[in-house]
Amino acid sequence: MTPLLELRGVVRRYQLDRPAVLDALSFVLGAGEYVAIMGESGVGKSTLLNVIAGLDRPDAGSVTLDGRELTALDDDALTLERRRSMGFVFQAFHVLPYLTAARNVGLPLELLGWPATQRAARVTAMLQQVGLEAAAERLPRELSGGELQRIAIARALAHRPRLLLADEPTGNLDPRTAAQVLALLREQVKVHGGAGILITHSRAAAATADRAFEFDGRELKPLPVG
Amino acid sequence: MAGHGRTRVAFAVLTAQLRDRPLRLLVTIGAIALGIALTAGVYLVNASALAEFARATRALTGAADLVIDGGRTGFGDQLYGSLASRPEVAIASPVLEVDVALAAGGTLPVLGVDPLIAGRLQPALYADLVGGFVDLLAPRAIALSAVAARALGVGRGGTLKVRIGTEDVLLDVVAVLPETAYGRRLGVMDIGSAQWTLGRLGRLSRIELRLASGVEAQRFATSLRLPPGVLAATPAVAESRATTLTRAYRVNLNMLALVALLTGAFLVFATQALGTLRRRAQFALLRALGVRRGEIEAAVLLEGALVGAAGGALGTALGWLVAALVLAHFGGDLGAGFFDGAQIAVEAAPSALAAFVCLGVVVAVAGSWLPARRVAAIAPATALKGGDPELGSAARRGGTIGLWLLLAGTVVAFLPPVGGLPVAGYVAVALLLFGAVLLVPAFAAAALAAVPAERGAIARLALARLRGTVVQSAVSLAAIVVSFSLMVAMAIMVHSFRDSFERWLGQVLPADLYLRIAPGSDTTFLGPAETAAVAALPGVARSEFRRLTQLSLAPDRPPVTLIARPLGEAVVAQLPFVARTDRPRAGRPVVYVSEAIGDLYGLAPGSTLALPVGGRIRQVLVGGIWRDYARSTGTILVDRATYQGWTGDATVTEGLVWLAPGSAARDVGAALRERLGMGESLQIVESTALKERSLRAFDRAFAITYALEAIAVGIGLAGVAVAFGSQALARRAEFGMLRHVGCSRQQIRTLLALEGGLLGVLGAAYGLLVGVALSLVLVYVVNRQSFHWSLDFVVPVGQLAIVSAALVLAAATTARIAARAALGEAAVRAVREDW
Repeated sequence: MTPLLELRGVVRRYQLDRPAVLDALSFVLGAGEYVAIMGESGVGKSTLLNVIAGLDRPDAGSVTLDGRELTALDDDALTLERRRSMGFVFQAFHVLPYLTAARNVGLPLELLGWPATQRAARVTAMLQQVGLEAAAERLPRELSGGELQRIAIARALAHRPRLLLADEPTGNLDPRTAAQVLALLREQVKVHGGAGILITHSRAAAATADRAFEFDGRELKPLPVG
Repeated sequence: MAGHGRTRVAFAVLTAQLRDRPLRLLVTIGAIALGIALTAGVYLVNASALAEFARATRALTGAADLVIDGGRTGFGDQLYGSLASRPEVAIASPVLEVDVALAAGGTLPVLGVDPLIAGRLQPALYADLVGGFVDLLAPRAIALSAVAARALGVGRGGTLKVRIGTEDVLLDVVAVLPETAYGRRLGVMDIGSAQWTLGRLGRLSRIELRLASGVEAQRFATSLRLPPGVLAATPAVAESRATTLTRAYRVNLNMLALVALLTGAFLVFATQALGTLRRRAQFALLRALGVRRGEIEAAVLLEGALVGAAGGALGTALGWLVAALVLAHFGGDLGAGFFDGAQIAVEAAPSALAAFVCLGVVVAVAGSWLPARRVAAIAPATALKGGDPELGSAARRGGTIGLWLLLAGTVVAFLPPVGGLPVAGYVAVALLLFGAVLLVPAFAAAALAAVPAERGAIARLALARLRGTVVQSAVSLAAIVVSFSLMVAMAIMVHSFRDSFERWLGQVLPADLYLRIAPGSDTTFLGPAETAAVAALPGVARSEFRRLTQLSLAPDRPPVTLIARPLGEAVVAQLPFVARTDRPRAGRPVVYVSEAIGDLYGLAPGSTLALPVGGRIRQVLVGGIWRDYARSTGTILVDRATYQGWTGDATVTEGLVWLAPGSAARDVGAALRERLGMGESLQIVESTALKERSLRAFDRAFAITYALEAIAVGIGLAGVAVAFGSQALARRAEFGMLRHVGCSRQQIRTLLALEGGLLGVLGAAYGLLVGVALSLVLVYVVNRQSFHWSLDFVVPVGQLAIVSAALVLAAATTARIAARAALGEAAVRAVREDW
């Protein structure tokens, strides 16, 4: 398996007199893999996501994505890397309330400078994949929670990122809608290639991943899936 | 929980946010405080100055019931005998009032009185003199007020050199009045001595009457047959006539201060409107928990009231301080030259100060009222879902009301003055401004829709955001529009005035040199010998001389100025006329009156006018109306030969000199001074210097206007900063999401700068439109009805372009700076917060 994402000895400490949030963490994620990471509240899952995404710098260790060491890049370069290679799905959706569904989906493509016609075609294709082609011109306030999360997933994958990071994507959804969203996430990761990390409290959600881990701050302990 | 308990809960939830955002709270309080400080400061300066003025006037009139007033010209003293002998008159005090020219320059008002009689009517003023009146009987003896003695540097036993006619005369200072007797510059002489020494034999200025018990003053005044030009007025009327002189100026200052207050009120509105929009979800939660609409509304109003109370208290204290500083350094007329520079202390009743604190509360509550109503009316389900509330029917209704207000303001602007004040003009300005503000959402929506889609993702995102959040954009835009449009209106008005004044100076100052003999004095002049000497001086190509005097045309109006000067065809052709007539004279002399005379006395070209000159009423024809910026009380031009025929007075008080080719102004001026030998009482000024001095005086008089304009703009920008800061913090989660999808911090700062800049452009454009409309009212209605002169409407295009650009830059920079706090680590973490 070709490693897509590799963490080596990553340390992140916020206060010298307190234990490190990430304590010499090492982890490898292969291309095409979809993994779930579970853990108690406050254990450092968000910190882990921020370090992987380049939004937080580790105090020690390295993070490598597709052979590029992210920890060696400056803020601008990390931003570009994030723009090109990563997609995010949040618990609170975070679609821009003043943009239509289509424009929300096309936001990463606009930032990457895609020409308008290419952008429109890709947005239409993504909306079709998440079953919301008819909602293209609707504003977020006209959509349900499940529809908003599907918009967010379409946005996260529109630019074909190498890595999808989903942080509690079903936390605000009912069980039926959550199941639909989880299935969509897995499908899209597999269809588009790359890899995906799902942060979740739910065993049922973790079960949709190829592998699952329990994170305690120091290490990721494999969990049985299914 | 009872209703007031729920209101307390709601209030506690709201104020918790204020504690977390102390800077925004301080800025809002500061804006109210600044508006109150300016309003209170201007009010206290005016009130203190007028109180001192009234005290001084009452000190002069004392216990008099009626004043028979002949103005500067006066009347023969035989009138005294006929009045004093009437049974209705208990005390008749003769007074000769003359502004005496000082040899060292300047003038001193001198009263010639009978101390024994005057002491019965004005005991506070003359008490000290009654005991020592024998000293005053000496020829050329004078007593000075304490203020005059200090200003002139002379005390009891000293001498004072004055200019009478063409001679210097020494007066002996025999007494200095106590400080409490009179608070301004004044000299007092025995009336006989004054008549003899000051060249006023047989003349009086006024007679102050104390009437017998049971005699009604107004009825008695009506029964009198007085010579032409002599009027009877009660002291109250006389006092009001004097304060009328400054009323328009004071009212305009008060209006300007209210502009600052209005801008502060709008800042409260903008802050509350945006704050309540941002906290919609919290209000929705409170509603979901059982807090009623009225209790939410009460909580928001209470929040506003506390801000207003704090701002009002702080502002009132600042206003007192500002008034004290201004009175100490600039005097009671703020440099406009209406008062004579007397030292004035701040006076204010506690009730007035309390009123200003309450005004702060009223203003803040008024600014909070609409946001409170709106937020209480939001449906909780909609608010919890998030997103911007739709423009909806409320904004459309506001737009309709706005159109009606614009129409009403346009109609009201054409109404006549009320009590001599441009009340309709001020109301029109308010209606137009409020109407324009209500139309801001419609303007914002239309203007944003018309902005072409930009290249670049960040620019498109900025435009999309503004279009998608029109309500919030409209509030920020309105804050810019209110302050900017008022600044534009005042800038156009002042520029129009200055431009008109500068061109007028060019028209009325055609000569090379100007001679003024002790301006404002009644005692010194040039006679025929002196004018002939001037005309014959080498270097003088041509000369012209004028006689200035004052006439009272109505008892309740200040005197008007009569200028007797040669009025040949060539001279008349150069007058700055606004209207003329070719109506046949029908044997009547022709005069030319200023716009103030036309407005105040209802005259037009072709009207007839009765002038009390030379002891008779002269029926004259108004040949034209001309523009005179020198005197807002009115000026009448009459041919000098005609005046001489009426009065036999061949003396002059002003002269114009045209230089012969090759002559230097300085040399001719020196020769004139040496030839006439009048010392400092003769002013010789080159026309360029006179124009410069006049323009400096203009700028000084408007310095306070410029300051208030800048403060209004500053408050407006503070409002924009508060609005942007508030929105930036509310958008942290949005910024965090953008950071996640690959926007750099720089791109987000650019996004905010573009949003701020675009709002600045829209605000400047709309503000310019509204400002021009308001300026039309200021120029053609407020200024005209206040000061009775017309202005040419001139837009300072360059100045406004620079200010507009500065506004756009300031808005963009403010928005960018406001983002700083919202772009830290908290933004990234905010994506994982629920709300």
